[in-house]
Amino acid sequence: MSETSWPLWEVFTQGNQGEPFEHAGSLHATDAEHALQNARDVYTRRGEAVNLWVVPSAAIVASAPGDAGPFFDPGNDKPYRHPQFYKVPRGVRVF
Amino acid sequence: MTKHEADEGGIAADDASAGTTPVAGPRRAPPEDPLVGFLLRLGDDRLVLGHQLSDLTGHGPIIEEDIATANLALDLIGQASSFLRLAGELEAKGRDEDALAYFRDGVRFRNCLLVEQPNGDFGDTMARQFLFDAYSVLLLDALASSSHVGVAAIAAKALKEDRYHVRHSSEWVVRLGDGTEESHRRVQASLDRLWRFTGELFEIDEMDAGLASRGIRVDHAALKSRWDQMVNEVLARATLTRPADGVMQRGGRLGRHTEHLGHLLATMQSVARAHPGAKW
Repeated sequence: MSETSWPLWEVFTQGNQGEPFEHAGSLHATDAEHALQNARDVYTRRGEAVNLWVVPSAAIVASAPGDAGPFFDPGNDKPYRHPQFYKVPRGVRVF
Repeated sequence: MTKHEADEGGIAADDASAGTTPVAGPRRAPPEDPLVGFLLRLGDDRLVLGHQLSDLTGHGPIIEEDIATANLALDLIGQASSFLRLAGELEAKGRDEDALAYFRDGVRFRNCLLVEQPNGDFGDTMARQFLFDAYSVLLLDALASSSHVGVAAIAAKALKEDRYHVRHSSEWVVRLGDGTEESHRRVQASLDRLWRFTGELFEIDEMDAGLASRGIRVDHAALKSRWDQMVNEVLARATLTRPADGVMQRGGRLGRHTEHLGHLLATMQSVARAHPGAKW
């Protein structure tokens, strides 16, 4: 493969109407239409999706590994934040 | 083609000669059933073009385009399989799609000359693809509403694929034409080289009359007019110059091919002929 300086894009696919979009991977493309076409060809060849999002990777703001402590650790010892004390009625689908 | 790759359908109409340039007469009579001949044209266009694209697998400029090209190749070979299968059934000589694809010689192939032109550089490949896709999507659209149920069904399925194909190839033509100085120059040269093979796509010949009796009518003039519109629009976006309609080369529909087809078939058919009846 030759070198490319094309921007990187993140691809999100929706498996069925109403389902959340999930990150599928990334790819290179020159612009949005090109990214959409590449996403279609690379990530939906086997009928995996009914919708696609492509987002410039540069537009994503990520937490830093160093943030893990202050961001996430405080949630570990607060069981009352988890709705685990409820009985799920029969007939309700658990995801 | 292997069965699992050959589940696509498509139909296209083709015909023969009309157009702006005088035509040499056919050297042999067309097949007795015009519908069989027509299906061979549809199938062979897609078989030859699909095989050429499959040759590029692993050679794409980037991996994304490599996958896209392989997708196109599989779509086209699948469509070819459907058309040739139907041709074989109607012909009733015991030839299935594999027999028609791998055990016919070049003079029996009915593909247009455009699709057998070499892959060349990426501009050549994309210009060839766009000129064919624009024709194919319009033809399939017309055939999808034909009253021949088998043809209409294959066309309807292939039409969905071709709508994507033309979107893909037209976007590349725009990017190359409106890209760098070099990409513009090269894709313009590709267009100029390939233009003489576009007249054949809209020719009317004696097959048309026979087809009408089978429920298939292709309005070549209307097809050409819509093709012109689509091509002009894309070329304008691409800042490319539409080549002048000069002398158009023809003959593919009658089995008179350019020198490229023989080499292509020698490669494509060699395994099947070395191991007839092999399964994989």
